[in-house]
Amino acid sequence: MEFTEIIARVDQLAPGAFAPAEEGAGHVWVQPEQWLKVAQLLREDPELHFDSLMCLSGHDRGPEQPLWVAYNLHSMDILHKLEVRIEALREGGSIFSVANIWRTADWHEREVYDLFGINFEGHPDMRRILLPVDWEGHPLLKDYTAPDYYRGIPVLKDKRGWE
Amino acid sequence: MKTAEELKNFGVIKTEEMVLNMGPQHPSTHGVLRLKIKTDGEIVSEIEPHIGYLHRCFEKHCENVTYEQVIPYVDRCDYLASMNNSHVWAMAVEKLMGIEIPERVEYIRVIMAELQRIASHLMAVGAMGLDLGGITPITYTFRDRERILDLFEYVSGARLLYNYIWIGGVAHDLPPNFVQHTRDFLDWFEPQIVEYDRLLTYNKIFIERTADVGVLPADVAINWGCTGPVLRASGVEWDLRRAEPYSIYDRFDFDVVVGKGEVGTVGDCWDRYWVRVEEMRQCIRIVRQALDQLPPDGDVHAAVPKKVRPPKGEIHFRAENPKGDLGFYIVSDGSPKPYRVKMRSPAFCNLSVINEIARGWMISDVIAVLGSLDIVLGEIDR
Amino acid sequence: MTSFTDFLTTGLLGLSWVPDSAWAGGVLAVAILLGLAVFTLMALNAMVAVYFERKVSAFMQDRLGPMEVGLFGFRGGKRFWGGIGQTVADAVKLVIKEDTIPADSDPRLFRFAPFLIFGAAFCAFIGIPVGYGLVISDFNIGILYVTAISSVGVIGIILTGWASNNKWSLYGAMRSAAQIISYELPLGLSLLLVVMVVGSLQFHDIVAWQEEHRWFLIHSPFTMVAFLIFFMSGVAEVNRTPFDLPESESELVAGFMTEYSGFRWAIFFLSEYANMAIISLMTAIVFLGGWLSPVGSLLRLLGVPEGWYYLDGPIWGVFWIMGKVAFFIFVMMWFRWTWPRLRVDQLMYTAWKVFIPFSLANIFFVGVWELVFG
Repeated sequence: MEFTEIIARVDQLAPGAFAPAEEGAGHVWVQPEQWLKVAQLLREDPELHFDSLMCLSGHDRGPEQPLWVAYNLHSMDILHKLEVRIEALREGGSIFSVANIWRTADWHEREVYDLFGINFEGHPDMRRILLPVDWEGHPLLKDYTAPDYYRGIPVLKDKRGWE
Repeated sequence: MKTAEELKNFGVIKTEEMVLNMGPQHPSTHGVLRLKIKTDGEIVSEIEPHIGYLHRCFEKHCENVTYEQVIPYVDRCDYLASMNNSHVWAMAVEKLMGIEIPERVEYIRVIMAELQRIASHLMAVGAMGLDLGGITPITYTFRDRERILDLFEYVSGARLLYNYIWIGGVAHDLPPNFVQHTRDFLDWFEPQIVEYDRLLTYNKIFIERTADVGVLPADVAINWGCTGPVLRASGVEWDLRRAEPYSIYDRFDFDVVVGKGEVGTVGDCWDRYWVRVEEMRQCIRIVRQALDQLPPDGDVHAAVPKKVRPPKGEIHFRAENPKGDLGFYIVSDGSPKPYRVKMRSPAFCNLSVINEIARGWMISDVIAVLGSLDIVLGEIDR
Repeated sequence: MTSFTDFLTTGLLGLSWVPDSAWAGGVLAVAILLGLAVFTLMALNAMVAVYFERKVSAFMQDRLGPMEVGLFGFRGGKRFWGGIGQTVADAVKLVIKEDTIPADSDPRLFRFAPFLIFGAAFCAFIGIPVGYGLVISDFNIGILYVTAISSVGVIGIILTGWASNNKWSLYGAMRSAAQIISYELPLGLSLLLVVMVVGSLQFHDIVAWQEEHRWFLIHSPFTMVAFLIFFMSGVAEVNRTPFDLPESESELVAGFMTEYSGFRWAIFFLSEYANMAIISLMTAIVFLGGWLSPVGSLLRLLGVPEGWYYLDGPIWGVFWIMGKVAFFIFVMMWFRWTWPRLRVDQLMYTAWKVFIPFSLANIFFVGVWELVFG
C-alpha cells in the first residue's frame, strides 16, 4: 500500500491516532496515548500487517526541546513501509513499550532508554544495555556533558585535540 | 505414611540451579560478550546476554565528525565486513544528497562487497567449527580468507579496515591486473568449498551437534528482527539484494539461499551454517558476473562531491550485510556533520534471540547456537 | 621369565658378598633408580609427543608449526625438525612460571591433586612392558593392575575441580568423572575377551599366545570389534577429541585445569601424554602383538621357517612396540585435528548404548567362537 492509503486505513480503524501528515513527508506523528493501540493495529491488521520493525531510534532536537522516537516498520509479505514518530518529554518522558508486539523493540527500547533516558512503560526489563548500570546521564542528548571521572577512572572527553 | 504428593515426587531429586558467568573473557563468545547462564546441571534454563563491553559511543562520535570522517568509524563496527559497512554508509549519504555515481564505481563496490562477504562467511564457518571443538577448519578458512585480504591490500593498502569506499566514489581505481588476480582467486577458491564440506559440513559428529539444535521458527525470527543468513536459514526467502535491489544488484543472476532442513529441522544451527557456505558460492557467481560486466575505464572520482553537505532531512537506508540488514538512520541539519546517526546493526538483533532458541539445551549447545548466529561485538556494542 | 627388575635385584644384589644389612638400602636405591627411569621415560615421551603433536597438527592445518627454536645451534627452518628446541623451551618456561593458587581455593587439595593424576599414570607404567622383559614388575595380574591404577587418576581430576572453586573446573571435573567411569566398562570388557582366550592376565603370556597363534587383531571378527571398542574407549579415557569434554576449551575455558599454571599445569600435560602412551602400549600389546615383528608374524602365518628376516628379538622388539605406540599416538592426534567434539549426552549414549552392549555380545560370541574353532 502507498503511504496515503496506509494513513487512511489507520484513520479509519483508529480515528485521531495520527496527527495530520505533513505535505511530502514520509512519516507520520502518532498521539502518544494512542500508540499501544495503533501498534497493535499495525501489526495485526491483515491489510497493514507490519510484521517487522526495521529500526527504532531515539532523537533529540536540541536543548529545551522534546525528544522523539522513530519507528521504521516494514511488512515482509505486503512489502510496504511506514515511519511512525512519537514525541516524548525531555525530563521523565515516557512512551508505551511495544516490546511485546515486536520483540525487536526489546533491546532497541533499552538502548533508547540508555542513551536518551526515555522510559518505556510496560517494558519487561527496563535497564541500561550498553553503558554500565551506574553510569550517570544519557550520552546522546545534545546537552550531555560526560562526567570527569567514572569510578576513579578519568573519562576521555571529545574535542581534546583529536577531533 | 507419605502423602500422595510426596509419593508422586518420590525419588525425584531436587537440584539447585547455578548461575554460570560465560564471558566477557571466554574462548567462544566471539569477543567481549558476557552471557549469564542459569543452569541445572548441564541444562540451560535461561540465558541473559550482557553487552556493552566494547561500547565506544559510535553514534556520538558521528555527530562530531563530518560525513566522510564517519567512514573509518563504520569500518570498525563490523570489522569483519568493513567494505560492506562503508558501502552501506556511502549509499545512505549518497541517497540523502541525491548523487548519481559512475557505473565503474558501482561495479568496483559490488566486487569488493561480495569478496568481503565471502571473507566474513569464511570467518563464520571456521569459527563455528572451532566452537564445536574442530580446530582445523578455521585454519583452512583463514588460509583462504588471507587470499581475499591480499586482494584488498592490493586495492586499498589495508588488510582489515580499508576506508576504501568513499561517498560518491572509491579511493583509488583498481590496480593493474586486479581483474585477473580476482579471477585466479575465484577459480582457486571454488573447489576449496568442497573441502570444507568434507571436513565439517557433512561430518557425522558436526551434524549430530548442530542438526535440530536451537531451532528458530520463521515467525519468531521475523518478530525478533533477525535478518541475513539467520533469517534465511529459517526458510524465509528474504535478501535485500533481491527484495529491494540497491546499487546494481538487479543486474546479477544469483540464488537466494534458503535453509531446507536437509539434516534436521528448518532453522536449526546446521541450516544457519549451511546457508553461509552456500552463499559463498553465490558470491562467487556475482563477482564473476561483475568482473565480466566491469566497464573498462572511467574516473572513479567523477562523482565525489567537493563538500558533503546533505540537505536538511532524514533518511533510513538499509542494505544486506554478511550478518544481515545493516540500517542507517541519518538526520541531517544541512551542516557538514550529521545531526544524528542511528546504526541498526544486524548482529544486535540476531543476538537478542539467543535466549529464545538456546533455552532448554545444554551448555555445549549454547556455544553452537552462538557460533551459528555469527555475531561481531564491534557492531553490537558500537 | 626374568624381568628387568629381577635382573637388577637378584643379579646385582643377590651376590653372596653383599651383606644382609645392605639389602634394604640396595632395594631402595634400585627403586629410586627405576622410578627415575620411568619419570625420564614419561618426560621424554611428553616432550617428543608435544613436539610431534605440534608438527602433526601444523602439517594437517597447512602451516609450518614451530620452526624457530633450535637445539645446540641446530635450526632446520621449515623442515620437520626445524623447531626441535621448542618443547625444551616450553618446559623451561612452564617450570619457571609463577604457580598461582586462587585465593578461595582449597590450597592443600589444589596442590596435591595434580600429583595424584601424575601418580596414577606413573604407577601404571610399573606394570606395562615396553619390550620383551623390559618391565619393572611383571605382575601375573598385569592387565587388571594397569586398568585399575590408571582409573585412580579420575579422583585427582575431581579433586582439581573441587579444589579450584571455579564453576568451569567443576563442570570439567563432573564431566570427566562421568566419562571415565563410563568408558572403563567397555575398556575392561574388551580386555576380558582377550583374557578369556589366553587364560592369563599377564602381558607376557598374552604376547606369547599371539606369537604362538596370531595377533588378536586378526584372531576373529569379534576381537577386531573389541580392538576398535578398546581403542575408542581408550581415546575417551585419556580425554582426547572427539571425547575431550572435560577440557573442551571452547566451552569450559580449560575444564578442570582452568586455574592451574606453571609447573602444576605441566604435570597435567605430562600425565595426559603419559596416559596416551599407556593406552597405546596396551592396545599394541594386547591386540597387535606387542614387541612381535609384523614381518615375522606374517611369515609365521605363511609357514616360512624362522630366520633373521623375522626381524624379531629384544632390540627389534623395542623398535616394533615403539613403532606401534607412535602409530596409535599419531592416530589420536589425527582424530583431534580432524573432528569436532561430541556433546555430553551423545558421549554417554556412545558408551552405554553402543560400546557396552557390543562388548557384552562380543564376549558371548567369542566364547562360542573358541568352543567351535579353539
